[in-house]
Amino acid sequence: MIKITEKPIDIQKVIDATSSLGAGAINVFVGTVRNTAHGKNVVWLEYEAYEGMAVAEIRKIMDEAHSRWPLLGAAVCHRVGTLKPGEASIAIAVSAPHRKESFEACEFILNQIKTKVPIWKKEIFEDGEEWISAHPTTSGSYN
Amino acid sequence: MKNYLYPMKCRIKAFGITREILNGNELVIELPQGATVADLKRELFGRYPRLTRLSSLFVAVNTEYAPEDQRLTEDCEIALIPPVSGG
Repeated sequence: MIKITEKPIDIQKVIDATSSLGAGAINVFVGTVRNTAHGKNVVWLEYEAYEGMAVAEIRKIMDEAHSRWPLLGAAVCHRVGTLKPGEASIAIAVSAPHRKESFEACEFILNQIKTKVPIWKKEIFEDGEEWISAHPTTSGSYN
Repeated sequence: MKNYLYPMKCRIKAFGITREILNGNELVIELPQGATVADLKRELFGRYPRLTRLSSLFVAVNTEYAPEDQRLTEDCEIALIPPVSGG
């Protein structure tokens, strides 16, 4: 399952998409909107995706994860549009026979998504706004 | 032969900060026949100097990251990919 959606993420559906009787672990990561960045209050975030390419890139990342670890299932749902602090922006679930590979593969998928998938976020502060990582002077560590 | 006399009209999709810099989510630009990704970027950097200040700028052709020497055609889907920040 790969989904880009404007609606709130149904985390249970992401988990269910990976369920398998052979699984000893389903590792779930949920990324949420933090209420501060660069010492300022975040009012909301705007997420934008190049959807066709984003799905294709996530597919490649999942294929790579399947080739590195003996996974039974993997699912990614990424939210776009306007998100308020506390809301989930991404959910990843990975099922595997044992927990170690589920942890490793889940982190791998997340890290690859942050690096390669054409999705962008803009932080809206009380006194301005900023596309994250767009310029060398802004910190990428807040991703 | 005739085609070589006329420039190509390429449609460029723009996302994130590039959408704001180009002031729209699509731009039609004329490029010489046989132009590459590098030629497109050079043209855009000339028109929109703010693009040169980005940490990176990739071009996707038909929803794949494209190398600088890839040739463009009128019928391909071209998109500007500024630094990504999903997750």
